[in-house]
Amino acid sequence: MMGWLPVTLLAVPLLGALLLLVAPAALRPALPLYGQAVSGLALALTVVMVAVFDYGRAAAPQFTVDLPWIPGLDLRFHLGVDGISLPLVVLTALLTFLCFAHLGWGRGRGPGRLMGSRPRALVFTLLVLEVGMVGTFLALDLLLFFVFFEIVLIPMYFLIAVWGGKGRRGAATKFILYTLLGSVVMLVGLLFIWSQTGTLDIVALARAHGAGMSRGVQIVAFAAVGLGLAVKTPMWPLHTWLPDAHTEAPTAGSVLLAGVLLKMGTYGFARIAIPILPEGAVAAAPWLGALAVVGIVYGALACLAQRDLKRMIAYSSVGHMGFVLLGFATLTTVGVNGALFANVAHGLITGLLFFLAGSIKDRYGTADMPSLGGGMLATLPHLGAVLTFASIASLGLPGLAGFWGEMLALLGAFQPADGLPRGLFLTYMVIGGLGAVLTAAYFLVMLSRVTHGRPSRPSSGLVGAGATVGALGGRVEGVESTVDPGGASAGGSGGLTDSGGYADSGGHVERSGREAAGFGGDEPDTGSGPPRDIQPYEMVAWVPLIVLILLFGLWPGLLMSLTTPAVQTLLGALS
Amino acid sequence: MIQQIDYFVIAPPLVLALVAGLVLLLDAFLPAGPKVRTGLGLTALGGVVVALGFVVAQSVRLARAGQDGRGLATFCVPDGLAAQAVPGGLAQAVSGGSGQAVAGADSVGVSQVLGAARSVEAAQQVTALCSFVADRFTLVFAGLVLVAALVIVLMSMSELATGGIPTGEWYFLLLCTIVGAVTLPASRDLIMLVVALELVSLPVFALTALKRYDGRASEAAVKLFVVSVVSTAIMLFGVSLLYGVGGTVYLSRLGEIFSGAAPAPGVAGAASPEALATSPAAGVITVGVVLVLAGFAFKIAAVPFHAWAPDVYQGAPVPVAALLSVISKAAGFAGLILLLVTALSGQSVTWTPVVAVIAALTMTVGNLLALRQRSAVRLLAWSSVAQSGYILAPLAVAAQAAERVAASGSAAVAGHEAATVGVGGSGHVPAVMRAPGDTVVTVAGGAGHGSSMPGAEVFVSGPVGASLAYLVIYAAMNLGAFAVVMLVSRTTARNELDDYRGLAHRSPVAGLSLAFCLVCLAGLPPGLAGLFAKVVVFREIVNGGAGWLAVVMAVNTVIGLYYYVAWTARVLTPAPSPIGRRVFPAAWVAVGLAVAITVMFSLAPQLVFDLTS
Repeated sequence: MMGWLPVTLLAVPLLGALLLLVAPAALRPALPLYGQAVSGLALALTVVMVAVFDYGRAAAPQFTVDLPWIPGLDLRFHLGVDGISLPLVVLTALLTFLCFAHLGWGRGRGPGRLMGSRPRALVFTLLVLEVGMVGTFLALDLLLFFVFFEIVLIPMYFLIAVWGGKGRRGAATKFILYTLLGSVVMLVGLLFIWSQTGTLDIVALARAHGAGMSRGVQIVAFAAVGLGLAVKTPMWPLHTWLPDAHTEAPTAGSVLLAGVLLKMGTYGFARIAIPILPEGAVAAAPWLGALAVVGIVYGALACLAQRDLKRMIAYSSVGHMGFVLLGFATLTTVGVNGALFANVAHGLITGLLFFLAGSIKDRYGTADMPSLGGGMLATLPHLGAVLTFASIASLGLPGLAGFWGEMLALLGAFQPADGLPRGLFLTYMVIGGLGAVLTAAYFLVMLSRVTHGRPSRPSSGLVGAGATVGALGGRVEGVESTVDPGGASAGGSGGLTDSGGYADSGGHVERSGREAAGFGGDEPDTGSGPPRDIQPYEMVAWVPLIVLILLFGLWPGLLMSLTTPAVQTLLGALS
Repeated sequence: MIQQIDYFVIAPPLVLALVAGLVLLLDAFLPAGPKVRTGLGLTALGGVVVALGFVVAQSVRLARAGQDGRGLATFCVPDGLAAQAVPGGLAQAVSGGSGQAVAGADSVGVSQVLGAARSVEAAQQVTALCSFVADRFTLVFAGLVLVAALVIVLMSMSELATGGIPTGEWYFLLLCTIVGAVTLPASRDLIMLVVALELVSLPVFALTALKRYDGRASEAAVKLFVVSVVSTAIMLFGVSLLYGVGGTVYLSRLGEIFSGAAPAPGVAGAASPEALATSPAAGVITVGVVLVLAGFAFKIAAVPFHAWAPDVYQGAPVPVAALLSVISKAAGFAGLILLLVTALSGQSVTWTPVVAVIAALTMTVGNLLALRQRSAVRLLAWSSVAQSGYILAPLAVAAQAAERVAASGSAAVAGHEAATVGVGGSGHVPAVMRAPGDTVVTVAGGAGHGSSMPGAEVFVSGPVGASLAYLVIYAAMNLGAFAVVMLVSRTTARNELDDYRGLAHRSPVAGLSLAFCLVCLAGLPPGLAGLFAKVVVFREIVNGGAGWLAVVMAVNTVIGLYYYVAWTARVLTPAPSPIGRRVFPAAWVAVGLAVAITVMFSLAPQLVFDLTS
């Protein structure tokens, strides 16, 4: 019934990408529009999916299609959607569309430059990426899941390596090697499950709840599969690829990386590791929980130490994913529900934060917080306001989407599943709570540094001086605070008069900074006058995210009603 | 005694040999010139196509024969002599037996593990001893070699277009190698095996050296010659030891003797596995096995006998490097699989750990050294060493798989094929197995019914099937990469990785083809062919219980990814300056053929798995 829907959802971006290869010349003038049209069509299909989804049977996969693909490998083309995957499929299609909208409408301005360098390749890469991301959430066959899981690697590698920042080569290599190592270990784990049970069908395996596999087998398989997923999630201490990849990736890459790619790891836990290997999950849960809370605290502490806005948001992802993993580790309906909620909320909020960080970087030419100088609410009131909104959503203010996931994950830890040591999980809860406080702390520190205070550098003419500040450290920060806005708008003269000895080096840094920025394809706005506030194209990309963050924050039941039955089913053996 | 030769069975090598002679004649009598060069190339191409046609015809015949149980074989020991050839200890069994052919699809593989003496004797007495058998194993290898030969002949036409290399000699030697490579997988006795293997190796020295007045090529030729001769000597010594103990050259008979199912003529009173293991000959057999293994390890460039590969690949003309990395390697693996799985299956205790360690070392060393390469051909050389390790890995669990067959009494080897286990009456031990052509053949010991399949069939399924599938897919993607490297080598002098910067912009077809083949070799989507090949190998290793080998291979996959992706990234980055290119139609056809096959394998890998399972 309606099996064509998931197939079409995959076929639309795939055919869109292939058409770019076949008829490059015809499409060249309309590339931005083309990308929006294809991803918009995919988004429309997911909206249809939401509309016709049978909410009474959210626990069972719907719109299923099950065709033999490679009988020799027992690999079936088995797709379907249930309450766990539906929100993620929609999130993927939405974020991809918003990325295209952001890229396409901003032509000629900041991020539009991205479309200036090799636009056809960029559209192609993003569409292939969408195929992989959507396919991962649709797949109901272990090997098919793995294939889609891997498809995203190459496009994301090129997204970072071609359109990224200064250190893109290294970051892209680190990203692909790290995640591939995880994937291959996961493949061994998946094949181990297969060799033990003789089937690759996720639905059948989840229904069996680990029947046919001894406890030892389940633990080994959980360790292998979990390791692969943990790299993608990423779980501390396997997270080190993430900050580099996020910092160097272009805005669209960062948004999709944080918004969707990380979700593929956590989704794997909910779809494969926990339901198929329940005994392995029980054995591994205390360890998973321990690493999760370490990740929460580590992420928060690392964020406090960051100077770069993008890097800080990247580390905040480590902390947020810690909450998601803690929710999974409790193995309760409440905890897993919280984890899935936090998953979606993180996708929306961090997606928005990376859009904002990208816009700030486009305007100021840097994402270095001391160089940004503060006072954004005065100079760019709208941008500052949205940044404040996204930050307090991310730190978990009640009433916004970020709150419920973390709260439920901690609540799950208060009363973990039978068979798990309660005292240990209570400790995790306390540490996790402390982590939540630290999360609030670093976001507030960030806001006080960036949005509050006296605006010190309203003009883009100070891009070079900003780089000087970065190079010279705290000494010049004091200098900068003494310069009044009017004086600073006269280019680097403030720095020249106050610290004449550094004038040469300042000029030098300015030039090299610009070269480096130009190399990455996202040169700062060099037009005269102060940086512009939010542009219409940015509004288009951000408003849906803001609305959804508010909606899910005020009405969490909307998402919970979808995931609860599915979670109850997947925890069948445990609860 | 006059032997009946079935010319249809030996048609593929026969056609190739005749065309090789024809090429030499044409070259002698026609004036040298570009047209003649092309003509000779087309003649060779035609020969390969006709041989391929015969292979297809044979497989059609085999598929039809699978239903009535008749295989294709020739150069058989006549029935009368076969009875005498059975060692004295079994004479009684022979006379008592029905004398009918009851050998099934895997008489060797199963007979020694069934452990039931009666069925063993029954299977043994009726296994016709043939030297040349065209079963599925043979035909898959022959098909692989001939399609690869098509691509290599096409590449040669571009390589020879500039002159400087004698054309007639080139094609003659090339066709000789292919004759050997087609004959080798069909060989079922030691003599034929060794002769065919030498036929594969010897012309390649000359091919390497044909680029005259080129220091690197001469060095490569000498190196290849020395290594190859040494490895042949080692292997011959091992073969002679095995022959000394076994007293027969036929692989199937050797299999029975070394598994203790039949008494070894060279060892007094060794009629059971235990007796054989405790007899003084056990040490001799072990030495023989290890020496044979070492000889083949040279041929497939497995560590620690790999050092020749990069220098030879780099020095030789690119088509010869492609030949070495695909056809020569496939031939080496065919011989290795034949020996290990048929003749030496009873000695798996000796070779299983050796093969596992060699596989792990080969993939690790190959990948680590490939990381540091700057020359395209050297990188492909090391990567093909690493890929040898992946192909070798499933063989390390082949013995376990065979034992599992025996233990469960069914043929459900790892692949979860449907298997029925029947229990025969009155001491018979029936086994159900999959015979070529996907028919289920019941071999009931002593009952005297079932299929009559002359010669020793190689059990193409499970781990052997995984190796074969990997080899087939590897051949396609590696040839695609070599064909593009060949194109680039015509325009750049040094052929280093940096010369590939921006290839996708200078020549989108070549660039994207190379990128696709490299991603396939790395085993990442969208290169699904490589990914599924690795999945098949992983599956067999995990099933076979060699978890550590799976982990080693997993780590190696990641290492391998690094250099493949780094090269791919170079291909796709913007070019600094366009380089003028010349037109090489034949090489473009070669690229197209190889890449088309790789794409086909990516979309429908089942094609390969149907052949190999």
